[in-house]
Amino acid sequence: MTVTNSNGNADSATATITRAVPRVKTLKELAAQEEREKRFQGGHSLCAGCSIPVMVRSVLNTIDIPVVVVNATGCLEVATTRYPTTAWNVPWLHVAFENAAAAASGVEVAFRVLKRKGRTAQELGFELPGEVRVVVFGGDGGTYDIGLQALSGALERGHRFTYICYDNEAYMNTGNQRSGATPPLAHTTTTPVGRESLGKLQQRKDLTEIAVAHHVPYVAQASISHWQDLVRKVEAALRADGPSFLNVLAPCQRGWGYEPCLTVEIARLAVETRFWPLYEVVEGEYRLNALPKKPKPVSEWLKTQKRFAHLLKPENRHLLDELQLQVDREWEKLLRRCEGRVLEV
Amino acid sequence: MAKKVLMGNHAVSYGARLSRVEVIAAYPITPQTQVVEELAEMCAWGDLNAKFIKVESEHSAMAACIGASATGARAFTATSSQGLLLMHEMLHWAAGARLPIVMANINRALAPPWSIWSEQTDSLAQRDTGWLQFYCESNQEVLDTTIQAFKISERVLLPAMIILDAFFLSHTYEPVEVPAQEAVDEFLPPYKPPLKLDVDDPHAFGALVGPDGYYEFRYNIQKAFEEAQRAIIEVGEEFGERFGRAYGLVEPFYVDDAEVVLVTSSTITSTARAVIKERRARGERVGLLKIRVFRPFPFEAVREMLLGVPKVAVIDRNLSLGHHGIFHAELKSALYGQRNAPAVFGFVAGLGGRDVTPRTIHQILDIVGSQEEPDRDVYWIGLKAKAEEGQPAGNGRKQRQRVKA
Ligand SMILES: Cc1ncc(C[n+]2csc(CCOP(=O)(O)OP(=O)(O)O)c2C)c(N)n1
Ligand code: SF4
Ligand SMILES: [Mg+2]
Repeated sequence: MTVTNSNGNADSATATITRAVPRVKTLKELAAQEEREKRFQGGHSLCAGCSIPVMVRSVLNTIDIPVVVVNATGCLEVATTRYPTTAWNVPWLHVAFENAAAAASGVEVAFRVLKRKGRTAQELGFELPGEVRVVVFGGDGGTYDIGLQALSGALERGHRFTYICYDNEAYMNTGNQRSGATPPLAHTTTTPVGRESLGKLQQRKDLTEIAVAHHVPYVAQASISHWQDLVRKVEAALRADGPSFLNVLAPCQRGWGYEPCLTVEIARLAVETRFWPLYEVVEGEYRLNALPKKPKPVSEWLKTQKRFAHLLKPENRHLLDELQLQVDREWEKLLRRCEGRVLEV
Repeated sequence: MAKKVLMGNHAVSYGARLSRVEVIAAYPITPQTQVVEELAEMCAWGDLNAKFIKVESEHSAMAACIGASATGARAFTATSSQGLLLMHEMLHWAAGARLPIVMANINRALAPPWSIWSEQTDSLAQRDTGWLQFYCESNQEVLDTTIQAFKISERVLLPAMIILDAFFLSHTYEPVEVPAQEAVDEFLPPYKPPLKLDVDDPHAFGALVGPDGYYEFRYNIQKAFEEAQRAIIEVGEEFGERFGRAYGLVEPFYVDDAEVVLVTSSTITSTARAVIKERRARGERVGLLKIRVFRPFPFEAVREMLLGVPKVAVIDRNLSLGHHGIFHAELKSALYGQRNAPAVFGFVAGLGGRDVTPRTIHQILDIVGSQEEPDRDVYWIGLKAKAEEGQPAGNGRKQRQRVKA
């Protein structure tokens, strides 16, 4: 087993890289799907430069069979369905904030039951689809925190659905309050920097690992910056015979404090600094999906965002160092789990 | 004492700070967020010596307040709408456990359809949970009531809810007298908990009680509500003596010789007051009764004010589906079978934050003026034409077309 060392340089003996290069949809194919079905339309009121629609499009354009979307309360839900309009051209269900996974359980099971009972179009007044996938979109607040119980229950019960958490690391729709996904020391409106406070005092919880602990067939961490990787993961998640979970880093220009045009770049930096490693766990087996050749120090990522501005002050140098150590430690842990398996698109 | 221009939400935060709350456990929700954001700032800058638990849900917010209050700390939270509903189980618990927790609830309509705008149905749906309920009309009243609520709650051992309208108060800036800390300290001494997790005198809380005992527990809570009526009046009077602003259960305006009295709560009251003034100037005998305290329901006070008045019109920004506006229904229960009871008209208005303007109030007075008795259970004001044919307002069909949000 080989791991990279903590000063950020990959060991020369690193991992036998398995470049199996799976075939994923090309940009052209994604665009064709978009043109054909327009599953998610523009004209919604998500902010300029928001990463969420980028992710939703990548996901929906990857899928060719019919989907039903279940959406937890949050920016995506609020900004795309202002009555009497909607940005969605697929069936879409919002059932409060804390229970998207439970609502999706009901949808998934109902499709199965109706089908098994052979309910006809004549009886139902609508045709049951031959095949259908239930896709859930929930923010980090709706997934890491208030919706965790519902998510855990649904993963454990084994529903065949794909839960996608778009992680913008705070409650953005209510104006940037901290969540269980907010990184340590970040400024939010409920962890403000002040005389007695340096931002969020606690760690982030590792939700991806929590999902893995449910022994579901497919779990992955992705980023909107690596679209091919994301597309491949969506395909793998849909193929999985059972629940699948994707945790997607989704920067928020408003809450993180950066120019809207930098969204993709900042998401990429999170991967390159190894703050947000790309990996997947298939039937319990870990694989790394991005092995940064020249990993950058985490400060490169932090300094792009106002929420970390206080960390760049000379007197807070030690905090930065500590954060770097944490990132290194987590990275090494992950490498050990991957045992040299690397699969990059 | 200092005058500040505060939004309703910050008036809550200032009230909590002046009350020296010790444990705050809260979860963000529009339109409550500024309450907790301001408290977080106060903690971050050392202006408030309290611990703020940033819980992962409202259910946990209330459970954490219960834990903190059971330990003997002064506990506070704030929420709204869906968050309040998620707390529901714990609301019963806080009251049943006799814990003097104080909470601000910003009135917001319930989903679906999703809404963030003002409506009272969220808090009124909690009317049977055993919480005292105060409906506030101004930011001054919000701040003053927060401070009084701790004193009342700690005396009768019941939790208290301070309630304010979404946006009309929560986000509206008004001049507010902020009392000096020393004056509040004199008015509201530190909490001395009669019930607590005391290692030297251990007790078990939340135990199983059989049919031989449960009944009496409920009786005692009901008695505490009776005591709460007295406490609210006395504390409101004492507050008036110390700070120059007295409060009671209800607030009359030109009721004495009135032929028609409007009954209102929260910010609709201010609009109605302006209309009453205007009509009085024209020589019309109209008046207004504001209900400030909804739990305990001020039976005696409303009877005293309204018996003998020919006609009463209740304006509800809330609805018990399948029944009436909730103030309307409760008011009728207070007047039922009484001698000289007025004819009571019930108006449902402003649901989901629709404006209730002076024009709306004039319409209501015109309807009441033109009839001796109500000719229907509930009057709807300003309903869009489509709805009367059983269609939702707006173009529902559009939703199925490819439209941009
Ligand atoms: C029970 C309940 N509590 C609180 C809220 C208020 N609320 C709506 S969206 C939201 C934040 C959502 O955060 P997240 O899930 O991270 O999604 P984002 O807004 O960041 O997209 C909150 C707190 C609610 N709708 N329901
Ligand atoms: S607040 Fe952030 S997450 Fe929400 S729409 Fe704007 S950019 Fe996107
Ligand atoms: Mg979020």
